[in-house]
Amino acid sequence: MDAEKLRSLRLTAAKVRLGIVEGVFSAKSGHPGGSLSAADIFTYLYFSEMNVDPQDPKKEDRDRFVLSKGHCAPGLYAALAQRGYFSLDHLKRLRHIGAMLQGHPDMKGTPGVDMSTGSLGQGISAAAGMALAAKMDGGSQRVYCLLGDGEIEEGQVWEAAMFAAHHNLDNLCLIVDYNGLQIDGDVAKVAGLAPIDDKFRSFGFAVTTADGHDFQSLEEAFSQAKACKGKPTVIIAKTVKGKGVSFMENQAGWHGKAPNEEQYNQAMNELNQALAAI
Amino acid sequence: MAEIVKKATRESFGEALVELGKTNPDIVVLVADLADATKVENFGKAYPHRFVECGIAEGNMVGVAAGLAACGKIPFATSFAMFSAGRAFEQVRNSVGYPHLNVKIVGSHAGISVGEDGATHQCCEDIALMRSIPGMVVLNPADHYEMQAAVKAAVEHQGPVYIRLGRLAVESCNNNDDYHFEIGKGITLREGSDITVIATGLMVGEAIQAVDTLTAEGIHARLIDMHTIKPLDRELVVKAAKETGKIVTVEEHSVIGGLGEAVAACLCEECPVPLTRVGMQDRFGHSGPAVDLLKEFGLCAQGIAEAVKRAVNK
Repeated sequence: MDAEKLRSLRLTAAKVRLGIVEGVFSAKSGHPGGSLSAADIFTYLYFSEMNVDPQDPKKEDRDRFVLSKGHCAPGLYAALAQRGYFSLDHLKRLRHIGAMLQGHPDMKGTPGVDMSTGSLGQGISAAAGMALAAKMDGGSQRVYCLLGDGEIEEGQVWEAAMFAAHHNLDNLCLIVDYNGLQIDGDVAKVAGLAPIDDKFRSFGFAVTTADGHDFQSLEEAFSQAKACKGKPTVIIAKTVKGKGVSFMENQAGWHGKAPNEEQYNQAMNELNQALAAI
Repeated sequence: MAEIVKKATRESFGEALVELGKTNPDIVVLVADLADATKVENFGKAYPHRFVECGIAEGNMVGVAAGLAACGKIPFATSFAMFSAGRAFEQVRNSVGYPHLNVKIVGSHAGISVGEDGATHQCCEDIALMRSIPGMVVLNPADHYEMQAAVKAAVEHQGPVYIRLGRLAVESCNNNDDYHFEIGKGITLREGSDITVIATGLMVGEAIQAVDTLTAEGIHARLIDMHTIKPLDRELVVKAAKETGKIVTVEEHSVIGGLGEAVAACLCEECPVPLTRVGMQDRFGHSGPAVDLLKEFGLCAQGIAEAVKRAVNK
């Protein structure tokens, strides 16, 4: 990846993080922790990886993205707004009555949202269905699906994983946002998920790991996924929950809580400083 | 007049899909290890590339169907009603209903007529569950001809539809030439002015026998085949209430949340008249031959006739 592209992605990701904090603060609720941990992944997908067109959000041969961890909608919305699907002003109306941006993604009302999600474990099945539809039609489109690490405690995730491998859906790429925290605390203490890589491998996936905050690392992982034939890929992206806002980092308490005004100002200051430093 | 056919509506469903699949390349059928029981095996043989075996994982099947529909397919997600409407309820609600995707959820072996398998498989709650989802159409056809027409209408309808299939062979009653199927429009099978029987699905055939027996005894009951539970044909219900003064609903389903309650709500709001609900009276079923079970629970011609007589004499 050349330096210019890297800098451009970093700038965009910084703006996505600002959008997340803006949105959650305006809504006085929502999920900043997991949105911030996935901010670089959203950015890479929408600004480097996926074949999409904000001017024609429904174009048939587009790549699809399913946010299976639907509560991280603020991250998706901030990325979509940056990409030009809708104006940034919408972020300030997140979760308000009559607003376009619902608490969880709504494909009927929001340009760029390919699937309505929010109930954990369900997005991955829809993503598998989209990948299968592309296979049936002989299309070249790819389907990307972002899962939370806590989310993969849901049994349906493994039903879908078995299905995707059985149907050789090599056009399906899962990303697990492995930030290690869920509402009740440390993922390892809540459910003992590890080893995630071996679990997916045994379900028939190609498994690759990445630093979810390093665009070079993400590029490598997504390239591997694209090159893999005959089986679906999962990218296990190691991330930091709350990444970019010092007091939110690695704190389970910031899973689903909005900052107060003081915290908002501090977060915006930190993120603006980071942006200026790029 | 078309010939009288004695066939289970699940058979008619499978045949209709094969036929519609010829001209509509978007139809996709999903199964969860019950291809033979739900009678879609022949679709799989005719169109193997549009036939998706999902294994015993109904929640995932419904989600996959949602993804297929989001890409323009018309998926039929099939299983026993207990699993497609019951186990996968939340997937139907959130992945299909909320985004209003063009998925057809199919529930076979509904009600107690699955028989020997017993209460775990006797789904008497599917209609209640499915009709509670905003935008969901709920169909429960009575015979071969109605099922064929219903499947065609479901394909033409943009949006989610639940179709209930029967396991037992039933003699066709909708074989007259002027039969016309329209979602949300009930069929009047017998005219009468003393009382109205509104039946659905498997119970329509039994209700015909009951009504014809009663005619011989001097009770003239109107009979409506209510193939669509949602949207309910309120106009037809209210007309029947006004003209006959009493209503009996008959369904192989719990009286909670099914046809009976849908009709009750309509009557309360528009034309209150005495109502009797024949159905599963807040009970689980149990194992036994289907026909014996139906008799035991009063879901047979005799049981219906007795309920109608009680209602008339009240």
